[in-house]
Amino acid sequence: MTARFPEQLRGRIAEVVGRYPERRAALLPVLHLVQKERGFVGPEDEIAVARICGLPPAAVREVLTFYTLFRREPAGRRLLQVCTNLSCTLRGGERILDHLRKILGVEPGQTTPDGRFTLIEVECLGACDKGPCLMIDDDLHGALTEEKVDDLLREAK
Amino acid sequence: MVEPNLTRFFDASGPRSASAYCETGGYEAARKALTSLTPEAVLNEVKRANLRGRGGAGFPAGLKWSFVPRAGDGPRYLCVNADEGEPGTFKDRYILAHDPHLLLEGIIIASYAVGIPQAYVYIRGEYERLAARLEEAIAEAAGRGFLGAGVFGTGFSLDVRVQRGAGAYICGEETALLESLEGFRGQPRLKPPFPATVGLFGKPTVINNVETLANLPGIILHGAEWFVGLGKSKDGGTRLFSVSGCVVRPGVYELAAGTPLREIVFNHAGGLLPGRSLKAVIPGGLSSTILRPEEIDVAMDCESLTSAGSMIGSAGIIVIDDSVPMFSVLDRVTKFYAHESCGQCTPCRIGTSWIRRIVARMKSGDGRPDDLAELARLAGAMKGRTFCPFGDAAAGPVLGLIEKFGKELEG
Repeated sequence: MTARFPEQLRGRIAEVVGRYPERRAALLPVLHLVQKERGFVGPEDEIAVARICGLPPAAVREVLTFYTLFRREPAGRRLLQVCTNLSCTLRGGERILDHLRKILGVEPGQTTPDGRFTLIEVECLGACDKGPCLMIDDDLHGALTEEKVDDLLREAK
Repeated sequence: MVEPNLTRFFDASGPRSASAYCETGGYEAARKALTSLTPEAVLNEVKRANLRGRGGAGFPAGLKWSFVPRAGDGPRYLCVNADEGEPGTFKDRYILAHDPHLLLEGIIIASYAVGIPQAYVYIRGEYERLAARLEEAIAEAAGRGFLGAGVFGTGFSLDVRVQRGAGAYICGEETALLESLEGFRGQPRLKPPFPATVGLFGKPTVINNVETLANLPGIILHGAEWFVGLGKSKDGGTRLFSVSGCVVRPGVYELAAGTPLREIVFNHAGGLLPGRSLKAVIPGGLSSTILRPEEIDVAMDCESLTSAGSMIGSAGIIVIDDSVPMFSVLDRVTKFYAHESCGQCTPCRIGTSWIRRIVARMKSGDGRPDDLAELARLAGAMKGRTFCPFGDAAAGPVLGLIEKFGKELEG
């Protein structure tokens, strides 16, 4: 059983595949597109992507599991990525993570029972001057304090 | 003080459009190169400017280009390294966020010099917004005839595509980047052959960092002597120093290559927070060997940092004050490298995770008298013995911390 992608997504995938002299090179961009659409890349999606890129499913799996931005399971409605690398830690990154742990009642890697938030700890987001920082979905937020995190979560509902 | 070259038009209002860029002389350098200079003349100018790679290795850009075989008209590629994963480094983000056309103009000049019709910008997966903005900038440039078929009405054509990474530090290593672009796991290739002869899809390939390319318009417009004159030491030009950690004003500072580290920390970045004293500085991204306070009167250029037993790397300066226990630095650093090792070669895969396990045990209060010696032994066993520079990057910080802060770590 292969996943059926919506028409629009198929169009975008075809455009991406055409960018490269070899189909395989479209693998990462296609996985990004599928994840954007579905929120994650499930087993059926993997097989569909393998067909598109002309690859055995195992080749998709090995790439999918190598890169940390790809998810094989659904995340909560909002994804919270907290940086705890050195520069952010020096500005209180661990404190921000602890605060989120406490108010959400989950550990990094887990989703709140209401399905609202997934909390993860990430390596450097390349915004060390704004540390401590976190990303909520695609948006970067910096110079965080506990109060600011509370405000962001209220808005992110 | 040196006039800023790259950051002249950076402001808070977001990325500059093609028209704003052109109003201040943008794309004139690329036009000059394509319409009045031969590719060899461009290459020679960049060589004479001694433009060294800004990504980490510091390899002279002109020399790198010259390794691409001149003969033959088969496909060849430019890969732009916008993977910026070195912790403490955020300068390329600034270029992408403020002046994406500066990068595009550099891409045109490099591609023309080496005879490349296809460029791929490999950008960190986390920079999704910036990738989208860059694609908009590419469309703008193409609309004005600066990209695509017949650039500036010449016979030179160039297509530029953006590809996002997906969260793997190792993909900043140039051959891992190529693997990732081709749709594989980001595991480095054995060199030789070097990418200049066998690179992307097996074809001759140039890989340059964002900041390196952004320097090209200035070099072509004002000449190699001007560029060399911007630097305070043998390294030409300015550098974008990313300063983070325990300073009053973290940020990106464009200063002459060779500016003393002390001046950057205490003058430009505003020094330490009130009541604090300096404990250590990491000068060139997390992978560079840590410096003690008495070691920071060093010029920030490639040779001076190497002589000081560290490296300029990506010029990501992380400042650590006396409130920070050095064990927390060791803890954070070892966690990062264990997480990011690609797992391809044994010394790195086993070394980083073994080191991590020992540090985690120490953290849990179960340290043993010979732990530091064991960490040094493991790091020493990795250094110089791995497939790619990651092993050295992971070993250096551990060895530096033990050598310079061993007493505190023992405590």
